[in-house]
Amino acid sequence: MVTFIIRRLIQSAIVLILVTILVFLALRLLPGDPVRMYLTSNSMQELSEEQIEAVRREFGLNKPLVMQYFEWIGGVVRGDLGISILTRVPVAQEIARRVPITLYIGIISFIIGLILGIPAGVIGAVRRGTWIDSLITTLANIGITIPVFWLGILLIYFLGLYLKLLPVMGYTSPFTDFWMSIKQIIMPVICLALFPIAGNARQARSSMLEVMRQDYIRTAWAKGLRERAIIMRHALKNGLIPIVTLSGMGVGTILGGSVFVETVFAIPGMGRLAVTSVLNQDYPYVQAITLIISIMVLLSNLLVDIAYGWLDPRIRYE
Amino acid sequence: MAGLNTAEATKIKNIEIPPRISELRRFLRVFLGRGLVVFGAVIILIFVIAAIFAPLIAPYDPYVTDYGYSLSQPSWKHLLGTDAPGRDTLSRLIYGARTSLLVGCVVVAISSIIGMSLGLIAGYFGGWIYTIIMRLIDTLMCFPMILLALLIAALLGGGLKNVIIALSFALMPSYARLMCGQVLSVKTNDYVLAERSIGASNFRIMLRHVLPNCFPPLIVQMTLMLGSTILAEAGLSFLGIGIMPPTPAWGSMVNDGRQYLLTNPILSFAPGLAIMLTVYAFNMIGDGLRDALDPRLRGVL
Repeated sequence: MVTFIIRRLIQSAIVLILVTILVFLALRLLPGDPVRMYLTSNSMQELSEEQIEAVRREFGLNKPLVMQYFEWIGGVVRGDLGISILTRVPVAQEIARRVPITLYIGIISFIIGLILGIPAGVIGAVRRGTWIDSLITTLANIGITIPVFWLGILLIYFLGLYLKLLPVMGYTSPFTDFWMSIKQIIMPVICLALFPIAGNARQARSSMLEVMRQDYIRTAWAKGLRERAIIMRHALKNGLIPIVTLSGMGVGTILGGSVFVETVFAIPGMGRLAVTSVLNQDYPYVQAITLIISIMVLLSNLLVDIAYGWLDPRIRYE
Repeated sequence: MAGLNTAEATKIKNIEIPPRISELRRFLRVFLGRGLVVFGAVIILIFVIAAIFAPLIAPYDPYVTDYGYSLSQPSWKHLLGTDAPGRDTLSRLIYGARTSLLVGCVVVAISSIIGMSLGLIAGYFGGWIYTIIMRLIDTLMCFPMILLALLIAALLGGGLKNVIIALSFALMPSYARLMCGQVLSVKTNDYVLAERSIGASNFRIMLRHVLPNCFPPLIVQMTLMLGSTILAEAGLSFLGIGIMPPTPAWGSMVNDGRQYLLTNPILSFAPGLAIMLTVYAFNMIGDGLRDALDPRLRGVL
């Protein structure tokens, strides 16, 4: 098991290095120039080539690509993510302020996705063909198709503007005003959790159906076990293995969804920052955000693999 | 028939012969057996007709502004009302189907061809070719798809062509991974070995024997991806990085309508509903295709 974990760690590290190189190259080789963007946003008149060159030198963008890359990586290792070209704020400071906000909403949504999704799927599988199964399947199929941003707008209209139950947008830290914070994250969490709930329910239902057909379940029925014991003790254990993979992928989905949710509800998190910095071509921000997101995704994939190796020993020796 | 007496002949006749249902009939029976799949097919049909015959169906020109009718409520003249510059919402919705269908089809074509080729080469040759291609795919897959598309589209600068490039690139890895897995299992079959032993070239084995046997899950994947592509394009356009106004696109219509939510909620509701119905329909058809082509794929795709 330890060798398995070490091997997966090394593989993840290689992928992470590839990610940094790829993002770095993409930013610099694709069209678009952050310096010109910065200058046009700050001054109306045309600037001379020398002035543009001066700003370029300030951010080290005139050096060879390889040097720029190693300087950046050197900084990252020391915890220095560079300075924003547009706002001149240290990137690490801004990211440290925004990541917890995204994680706060994201983790709650992730957990709700598991708590509501898995039981729904299991009930659907156990009561296959009844009205409750049809209801769960239909809702799950709708749940994976609703555009997140549109759901946000619907919620704002009905819960916020029409029924006036919840604040329409904004974000308050739970440490400043707990109840306000809870009220404000209800709608964002509904938006972010819907896809995981529906996805988990679909996966749980289909893998449970698969397991319920197995011989050992028939044996369990035949020896007269109660339904409860068969499902809880025998079917669930094997049926939930595919859920582990799906929840691992759910991390990426939630991070992607936070881009929309934070835009719709005006939440100052990482998703919103990703959109603005990509639009402004603010290299240091884009590099830092992609780095952090890929670390999160890689870590969750790693956890999934380890969980898998633990649940199913055959995987370890592949 | 001289040796057979009548008793024997009737016996032969009565041997149970499996009913002759052609492969296509069986496919259609399973495929159309579920109401939801038929419902999905009808929605797609309406969607495609609206996209192709948009100029004939749309009551107004989707680009013509009429400030006299700015933000008018739904009426007999404008069934879904008008937006801020007075453009007819229904007409823009119908033309928006064109944008979605175009982006969806082109992106699925490009990304599946590139992704499947990479997966085929990686899986077939194995070794260092496999390592290089699949590590790159792993790298691309550790971004959430929408963020990868967002990054590329923003760097290229939005617009129809760049959205297609960005989405094709972002969706390509999933085809490569699925294809590679398929090839790895198909190439262990005896018929591949037999083909090689009679001296067939790698190229011939790949195209004539491996590829066709990898196909069923990929067809399902392509149908499901049509829905995801349309959803992703709407997302990019919603964020202002995708299809640029005044070109009608559902995602940017939802975003434009957001500021008039109190007075004209239909401006956001209608295009969002259109996105949802279309994606739902493609998903249902994908599920139906999966069950009809290969029921073992249930739970895998």
